Amino acid sequence: MAFVRAFGRYLPSRVVTNAELASRLGCEADWIFNVSGISERRYATETQNVADLGFLAAQDCLAHAGPSKIGFVIVSSGTSERRFPGPAAEIASKLGFAGVPALDVPLASAGSLFGLAMAANLASSSGQILLIAAEKMSSSIGDDKNTAILFGDGAGACLIDPNEGLAELVRWELHSDGAYTSALRLELNAPIQMDGGTVIMQAARKIPAAIREVLDKAQRQPSAIDAFIMHQANQNLIVRVARALEVPPEKFFSNIARYGNTSSASMLIAAAEWNTQSGFRRGQPVVFASFGAGFHWGALLAIGS
Amino acid sequence: MTTQERVQAVVRRIAQKPLPSDPEESLFESGVLDSFALPDMVCELEREFSMKVPDSDLNPRKFDSLARITSYVESNA
Repeated sequence: MAFVRAFGRYLPSRVVTNAELASRLGCEADWIFNVSGISERRYATETQNVADLGFLAAQDCLAHAGPSKIGFVIVSSGTSERRFPGPAAEIASKLGFAGVPALDVPLASAGSLFGLAMAANLASSSGQILLIAAEKMSSSIGDDKNTAILFGDGAGACLIDPNEGLAELVRWELHSDGAYTSALRLELNAPIQMDGGTVIMQAARKIPAAIREVLDKAQRQPSAIDAFIMHQANQNLIVRVARALEVPPEKFFSNIARYGNTSSASMLIAAAEWNTQSGFRRGQPVVFASFGAGFHWGALLAIGS
Repeated sequence: MTTQERVQAVVRRIAQKPLPSDPEESLFESGVLDSFALPDMVCELEREFSMKVPDSDLNPRKFDSLARITSYVESNA
């Protein structure tokens, strides 16, 4: 068994509005909102790196968790500054967990979902697991308005406990398909490149399918789920996933208007804010879902304890 | 109605815009469809022609023009 015990988040203070981006990219601020649902996003400072962002989210999570004994640290990021070492060991060390095993999961977007499933599998043998997702997307965007408008910086975290917590991580389904490697990628020393049409067509099909897959196996219907916490890629995608599942879009927590797409960090940032605003109730089913570069995608069912 | 006419009706329903007179013209470059209209259009095609578009065919280039969509439907429906 594995439970999520606490969430945390960190967003840099610098707000980048659509008006600021529109002026730089030569487009209209209203167009940015219409195609993405994003009003503003946050950018880290020049000197803040992925490990700095992740460290601050982890601190927030640990403050919410109370006394803890971390047995394993997992950090997902697609925007790490170096080929190696990744930020996991650095964050763990900054937190005072030197000697605790720390694993990097270099997956954009879906990294936090894969990390959550991995942590749920490891908890029985490793004890409490600190999962962090941190992204400095602003360092990876170029002048292509179709991608530059989407991304922001931030970090999310959660603590997985083998014995108790806010909700039990009950079941998950993960998938990968390398046939789409070129559709969304961040090459070394180049900005993000995205074939938006392919990404959207595939995500709009694969995310609802993964959610149905995990719910079918748990013998539950989408209509019986109280909240969906999905990777905040684009508000238009969130609405289409809700429509495909025939559930009201209001059941999908959304903060993309304020933060944009923070890649793998987005699902945990959303979870932290949803938990503050609503939180788990006993027996309440909540679905996490994500899709990203690779492609990697999946869904996870949690039940409030 | 011919397949082409039914395809045109589907695209018109999704796009809510006049269609290009040249069936070979790109629906994206002409601004008739955007990225988010694509999955909606595929769903409508599946309904209209009682077909299932497999994930491996979810590629914008296969649905880039009225001619390509018609050809796809005729080969797969």
